[in-house]
Amino acid sequence: MKKFALSIVLVAGTAAFSSETQFSQPLNKDQEILHALNRLTFGPRPGDVEAVRKMGVKKWIDLQLHPERIAENPELVQRLQPLDSLHMSAAEIATNYPPPQLIRAMMNRSLPLPADPDARERAEMQIQRLRAKQQDKGDDQAKADVQAKGGDPLQQAMRPQVLATIDPVERRKLVADRTPQQVLPYDLNEAKLYRAIYSNRQLEEQMADFWFNHFNVYLDKGADRILTSTYERDAIRPHVFGKFRDLLEATAESPAMLFYLDNWESVSPERAQERRFPKAKQARGLNENYARELMELHTLGVDGGYTQQDIIEVARCFTGWTISQPNRGGDFTYNDRVHDKGEKTVLGVKIPAGGGRDDAEKLLDILARHPSTARFISTKLAKKFVADDPPPALIERLAKTFHDTDGDIRAVMSAMLDSKEFFSEGAFRAKVKTPLELVVSAARATNAQVDFAIPLANQIAQLGEPLYKKIEPTGYSSANAEWVNSAALLARMNFALALTANRVPGSKVDAGTFENTFDNSASAVARQVLFHDPTQQTLDSIEKALAQKEPTPEMVAGLVLGSPDFQRR
Amino acid sequence: MTSRRLFLKSSALGMFGIGTAPAWLSRALYAADAPSPRKKILVAIFQRGAVDGLNMVVPFGEQNYYKLRPNLAIPKPDRTENSAIDLDGFFGLHPALAPLKPIYDAGHMAIVQAVGSPDPTRSHFDAQDYMESGTPGRKATSDGWLNRALVPEKDSSPVRAVSVGATLPRAMRGQNEAVAIANVNDFQVKDTRGAGTFESMYENSLDQVLNGAGRETFEAVKLMQSIQKQSYAPENGVEYPKSSLGQDLMQIARLIKSNVGLEVAFAEMRGWDTHVNEVGARPTQGQLANLLGQFGNALAAFYQDLGDKMADVSVVTMSEFGRTARENGSRGTDHGHANVMFAFGGGIRGGKVHGEWPGLEQEQLYEQRDLQLTTDFRDVLGELVVRHLGNSRVASVFPGYEQPKFRGIVAG
Repeated sequence: MKKFALSIVLVAGTAAFSSETQFSQPLNKDQEILHALNRLTFGPRPGDVEAVRKMGVKKWIDLQLHPERIAENPELVQRLQPLDSLHMSAAEIATNYPPPQLIRAMMNRSLPLPADPDARERAEMQIQRLRAKQQDKGDDQAKADVQAKGGDPLQQAMRPQVLATIDPVERRKLVADRTPQQVLPYDLNEAKLYRAIYSNRQLEEQMADFWFNHFNVYLDKGADRILTSTYERDAIRPHVFGKFRDLLEATAESPAMLFYLDNWESVSPERAQERRFPKAKQARGLNENYARELMELHTLGVDGGYTQQDIIEVARCFTGWTISQPNRGGDFTYNDRVHDKGEKTVLGVKIPAGGGRDDAEKLLDILARHPSTARFISTKLAKKFVADDPPPALIERLAKTFHDTDGDIRAVMSAMLDSKEFFSEGAFRAKVKTPLELVVSAARATNAQVDFAIPLANQIAQLGEPLYKKIEPTGYSSANAEWVNSAALLARMNFALALTANRVPGSKVDAGTFENTFDNSASAVARQVLFHDPTQQTLDSIEKALAQKEPTPEMVAGLVLGSPDFQRR
Repeated sequence: MTSRRLFLKSSALGMFGIGTAPAWLSRALYAADAPSPRKKILVAIFQRGAVDGLNMVVPFGEQNYYKLRPNLAIPKPDRTENSAIDLDGFFGLHPALAPLKPIYDAGHMAIVQAVGSPDPTRSHFDAQDYMESGTPGRKATSDGWLNRALVPEKDSSPVRAVSVGATLPRAMRGQNEAVAIANVNDFQVKDTRGAGTFESMYENSLDQVLNGAGRETFEAVKLMQSIQKQSYAPENGVEYPKSSLGQDLMQIARLIKSNVGLEVAFAEMRGWDTHVNEVGARPTQGQLANLLGQFGNALAAFYQDLGDKMADVSVVTMSEFGRTARENGSRGTDHGHANVMFAFGGGIRGGKVHGEWPGLEQEQLYEQRDLQLTTDFRDVLGELVVRHLGNSRVASVFPGYEQPKFRGIVAG
């Protein structure tokens, strides 16, 4: 294997072939295993290569396409257990972890305190803090004094490096008491990372990441703070291998999306006038934001063949799709009183006057089955899983599968993973890891024991991909160019050295394993985390450093994780 | 032709060895072959949360202001610290902004009143998004105006666009390279034993993408090293305030003074969303006064520290929207519409409050509650892009807004 892996890396680096030739050059068996693991998981763990070889790549892929047949890792189950907001309804989340505006309402007595004694106690503490803040004793000088003394001791205790040293159950209680506004983002970030690192259903996690990103919402936009947890759990995750139409429906009627893209405020101006709605809403009328992104980003794609008039017609179809009380975690509701009852024409199809909620349902049918959607979704999947510039012939086949199976996502993925293009030199190591993939793959490769994932999440944010915090509806790009820039590259190198030196709080890497391997050579340590041979350039650079007796074995591992070799998958 | 970078790396720095080149060398190198001898610099500061512009620059000449804000209004100028600081007989600065008055008096600070985004949204998220993308009402714009304000160049400085903070703000994202730097001292491989090895790996890598980016990275690191070697000593007796904006502006000043090719910079200050108890016992005290104090002290320190260098630097401040003209029931204000912007620097036509004043009579208010807009924020930013940065292609910086109406804030 040694020789082969080496030569292939050189080919990928120099890229002399035309792309068509490259996408028809097959891989050998070892490469196939490595490629499947690199693409369909968040990076191989020790033992994965052997396990896939034993099972056979095809059978392993088939299993990954059917996650329900894979037993889940008890290490994951145990880590998810304390994160209680993951199991709550949005309304329960609003009650138990109220956002500032609800705390304000409780302070003004326009909202009762929570019934649950723990939640009540927390709310009372928050009200006290809010009162103190409003009396505003903290002038510039007082703050400077506190900083000069090394910071507020309470805040110091809440720093991730301190939290990482505390038992998970105690830690959670501390966070809920002291910084309750952090519970929801912490739970989301921790769950995402524990799943990515420890789940045996790796492809399902990759797909959940893909679809959340495709139907992006932003955690810090007002009520989305309390609506995002249920969005991921109930709208995205059940459908990641399902029918696209179902996924589209689930996102369209999710309070998180209705709030994020403002459709919940969109009303027919005429009907609002009749009903004498409050002034603010009268002034608003139709809001086109969701309609536009639904076609541009969720279904047809920007060149999918729709016009500005289509956007308006789509927005009219969606009037009345709203949320009962977004800030209290309310559910989707359809309000017929503000629905535009007129006739609409979308993409040349007439939707007759007098309709109601089903106007938008008809529209979603049209969009989900449109040829542009089949092509747009197929292209995006291929860009994520095959290469930045996937061959057109592959896209055509995937789009046909999408069309023939009425948008069956599992069937499209299956067709892609069965294609010669997927297992080709054109795809092999063609993708630069996203920050999420880099950090998680490093944790997996080093078999890190992660007991508090927030410091890892902070690293991912520093590399440019703050989780659940992509402001734009576009989601994050999977293109190589997006992730390769000076500051981010430097941050990758620093993260790699910090991880293996155990300087990332909450994650523990066993340096002993590198020492054992190191007895042989630096290249053995490199193979241990890369699962293939390092490039000659990487190896030479490390050996040069070794000649000066500088790096320790775990530092060699860190250097490999920060090398160009580990940035690709 | 030898590129600036190649020259930097292969000859001059080589003589001194990696990381030991003195600061004057990189300074001299950049000055010698920079396209224009003195590049202009634009610093944008975002006041996130929607600052109350009507208490920042007080229309004390308008009686309605006092009617609408019985508890919040800043008293008319009476030369005490509990009143507005008179600017032109009609407008006055909040007294906490006193450190900026000398800059205004020197003719280097311009104020634009009733300015903002024409989009009607009162969502912080949407309004910040629109102001940073520079395309009000359009969500799918993928890059920011400050990135588009740069003219794409070969061999430009790797630190021509810098935001201070952990992540790159929306305004800075785009096809021109832009870096987020929390602190100049952090921009390095922290474990020095690994630095040389990484550099060697990336320099020699056959992976074209990573090789190119790696070279750029280590060039930027070297530029920074020349800065990091000296501890920063502000000039003119300035001591930067401990506030985060103060510290961030000090980082920017440090980059500007070390001549590493900075062209645009971004910093922000949070906490302006004053719904409750905006003022304390007196209208000139409390939350907003404290925030404005931090804001004014930080800006003044930056201005004084840069001294003569301000000739090439413009600073512009903005906030996503203004606040209601009328105070609310909890000694605060709610989300409004038009706001106020500051621009200062050597090339600014200052000492003046620009823009038409729309008035605060009930029927003059936007949606009967907020200050009406008379200047689009792109008029201000567009003028700075064209007349200060010298980028005439304003239509590509603010797509869909082809003809900004310049207000004459940049001396021509």
